[in-house]
Amino acid sequence: MTIELVVFIVLGLVAISSALGMLFSRSAVYAALFLVLNFGTVAIFYILLNAPFIAMSQISVYAGAIMVLFLFVIMLLGTQALPDSGALPWQQPLAILLAVILAGEAVYLLFMRKVATAGIPQPIESFGSPQAIGGALFNEYLLPFEITSVLLLVAMLGAIILTKTRKGEG
Amino acid sequence: MPLTQAGNAGLFFLAPWVVFFPVIGLLINIAFGHRMSEKAIGTVAAAASGLTFVVSVLLAAALRINPEAVCWTVGEWIHSGNLQLDWTFRVDTLSVTMMLVVSLVGTLIHIYAIGYMHEDVRFKSDPRRFRRFFVFMNLFIAMMMILVTGDSYLMLFVGWEGVGLCSFLLIGFWHEMDTLGRPSWANSDAAKKAMIANRIGDFGFLIAAFLMFWGFGSLQFDAVFHRAISISAINSPLIVLITLFLLLGVTGKSAQIPLYVWLPDAMAGPTPVSALIHAATMVTAGVYLVARSAPLYEAAPAAQLVVATVGALTALFAATIAVGQFDIKKVLAYSTISQLGFMVAGVGMGAFAAGMFHLVTHAFFKALLFLSAGSIILGLERGHHRLGHGHEGGGSKEPELFDPNDMRNMGGMRKTMPMTFWVYVVGALALGGIFPFAGFWSKDEILADAFREGYALVYWLLTAAAFLTAFYMGRQIWMVFFGQARHAAAEKAEESPRVITIPLVALAVLAALGGALNLPGLDTMTTWLEHTITSVHPGEFMPSVAMISTGLALLGILLSWLLYGRRPMQAGEVDPLRRLLGPIFVGMQRKWFVDEAYRALILDRYVDLARFTANVIDDRFWHDWFHEKVLAGTYNFLTRMALNRYADQRGIDAFFNQLGQWTKDASNRLRGVQNGFVRSYALVVLVGVVAMLGYLLFK
Amino acid sequence: MVPLTYYVALSAVLFSIGALGVLIRRNPLVIFMSIELMLNAGNLAMVAFTRTYNVLEGQIFVFFVMTVAAAEVAVGLALIVAIFRSRHSIDIDLMNSLKG
Repeated sequence: MTIELVVFIVLGLVAISSALGMLFSRSAVYAALFLVLNFGTVAIFYILLNAPFIAMSQISVYAGAIMVLFLFVIMLLGTQALPDSGALPWQQPLAILLAVILAGEAVYLLFMRKVATAGIPQPIESFGSPQAIGGALFNEYLLPFEITSVLLLVAMLGAIILTKTRKGEG
Repeated sequence: MPLTQAGNAGLFFLAPWVVFFPVIGLLINIAFGHRMSEKAIGTVAAAASGLTFVVSVLLAAALRINPEAVCWTVGEWIHSGNLQLDWTFRVDTLSVTMMLVVSLVGTLIHIYAIGYMHEDVRFKSDPRRFRRFFVFMNLFIAMMMILVTGDSYLMLFVGWEGVGLCSFLLIGFWHEMDTLGRPSWANSDAAKKAMIANRIGDFGFLIAAFLMFWGFGSLQFDAVFHRAISISAINSPLIVLITLFLLLGVTGKSAQIPLYVWLPDAMAGPTPVSALIHAATMVTAGVYLVARSAPLYEAAPAAQLVVATVGALTALFAATIAVGQFDIKKVLAYSTISQLGFMVAGVGMGAFAAGMFHLVTHAFFKALLFLSAGSIILGLERGHHRLGHGHEGGGSKEPELFDPNDMRNMGGMRKTMPMTFWVYVVGALALGGIFPFAGFWSKDEILADAFREGYALVYWLLTAAAFLTAFYMGRQIWMVFFGQARHAAAEKAEESPRVITIPLVALAVLAALGGALNLPGLDTMTTWLEHTITSVHPGEFMPSVAMISTGLALLGILLSWLLYGRRPMQAGEVDPLRRLLGPIFVGMQRKWFVDEAYRALILDRYVDLARFTANVIDDRFWHDWFHEKVLAGTYNFLTRMALNRYADQRGIDAFFNQLGQWTKDASNRLRGVQNGFVRSYALVVLVGVVAMLGYLLFK
Repeated sequence: MVPLTYYVALSAVLFSIGALGVLIRRNPLVIFMSIELMLNAGNLAMVAFTRTYNVLEGQIFVFFVMTVAAAEVAVGLALIVAIFRSRHSIDIDLMNSLKG
């Protein structure tokens, strides 16, 4: 029972409960905030897994930018709880069942198949450091990097065009 | 008499030309007649007939040298199983006799007809019809020749039918009018009547021919006669039947009871037609048939009695009708029927030579009488035209109805038409049987044979007919030629041109001297015919019979003078005999109402039967009830009830409609899958993922 | 070092919760957030594998996933805003005009 395992279990519980909280909260704002908490715990997991750069970008991009954007839009659209429409009554139980099955299958898969992990050397200190990531990005993965920038441009354009109002349309 | 094939052909090769010459004549007239003058057309036709006479004379001369029968085959006809027939011309004494009579009288009548038709087509206002007349006349000569020269019953029948056709065509020559020239169905009705009455006779002929073929296996004369004699001993009903059916044919063609009714109506045709066809030649075909079938009749004495009796009855019956007629041609028509009765009685009794002799003499004097009557009729027409009632006269006046045939319009014609008068007297004396004219000898021979052979009834009937014959001929002569003219047209009548009167003179000579053909003792014709008809025998002259018949004839003439000659009839006066006999005269005048009886008993009943079958049976029963109700109704009921309602609607429709309904329901249900909710689509995706994962896990 | 399987199990549970969220919630924003959760779970598993097998490619991949997620969120939220503008409601149960 190492410290790491204890931390993992505690953080894991937090992550799962925050996810459940997001799932079941009535208000969209509360859901967003639960999700931010979830992202935070995942960032800590990243640190534990020797990926500090990824952890920082998780915090700044996911929790910082994306969730803030979500909160902006929630505020734009109103946070009132939606009335129960009554359609698809069988959806909820079926969905829960399926999710449980899915989780069960995954867990079963994991603990029934053994994965050989011996003989792999431990990562070095600077394994997930920004220098290492940057080096890999700009050397082997330059093309995907550039394409990603185009993608971001497209997304920007898309966002603008979708929300652009034509003259006279309210 | 055994026949010989023409080993030494001699002149017998000419035999087919009796048919070919008239055919060539009619073809020339058909092809070129529209460009020929009337004289040319008539000359061609008369020349064809004349050449036929020349050939007949040559054949007769050849036969004098070699009197055995000669058969000359022109071509194959029917070769089918047992039936073997060819176009074979039989030249023997009997057929040559007929050929001579037909062609001689025919030629004279052709010449006469040139003049007669020249005037007739102008009186009837259709000069273009001149050519047609001579085409038909030549066709008739050709057909008659086929009839008399045929070597088998079937070839004879071809000619028999052919002359019937020509009779129809020529009776209905002026088919769109009646005898007075008014538009009417009358003439064509007369032609139809002739055709139909002859048809009934032809039916009899055909049944006889079928029986012959069935019983004897052949239709050729020699074969039939040969078998008949051998069969007659064992199966006489067959021959009796054959001969009786042949008699039916004879009553049709030769105008005996009961089928004679067409001949008086046939007077609607032009007078040359009446003379040639309905006096001299066609109507004698029946007599020729019986004479030709002599072996058959000799083998069936019962049939002979029937034939003779029919002939005698007809002779008397027709003579009584002739007494009451006012139309000049109708008197002669009934006279013809009566004389044909004489002939049929003669050949029926077995007196074939006597019958044929009377046939020849009758051809001469009856043709003479008819042609003279035609001359008189034309004379009256000319007179009528001269009176100004013709086309040149006042156009505004309605033309009066003038019947040139009616003897009541005549009178005193001996002054205006002397030539015609004298030849008519010759003909009347011959017909009356006055010594020494031709009719005396031939009629007397028949009476003598009847007396001698013991046909008592036949003898007395014929004698009574002879008395009446003299009476009505006398009546006719006094009425037409003596006294005063009863109509202005008769006063103005003119004598006929030479082209008409010369043939009349020729025939008068023949009528006067024709008795020389078979004078008792000389018996020229009998011996001549003996070569063909073996059973003829020269009859001995019986003075008692001759005196009785001559006495009765003179008595008849005297009676007619007393009634018509001493005090001639005035215009509009009633016939003296009518005052004497009253209703009997009316019966005689109205032909004893035979036509009316036929109409009521047979014709109208047939029309009723036809109407019944058409209206009741065909329309009401078959159509209205059976077709409409039974067939159509049942069918419609079946289809509506069974097929439509049950099979179609409940069965097939229901099945397919149900299929469609199921498809609709299924699709409606399936449509529910596309409910538009994104969440359910996502659910489906997740279901798929879980399923796949599960499968992969637990595989 | 915590065994790999624990991390992957955690990731699986988070993924299931995200999937559940997509199916159950009717607010498109919350659905979107559930989708982000699922992406995140995937990232977590990826980084765990990278650490185990000592290859850096996993982290590069996660980097790209994050970028794409950001772009996707931008566009998606713009879509939701546009829909809200025309329909004046964001209940996705009301957006069933693809109903067959």
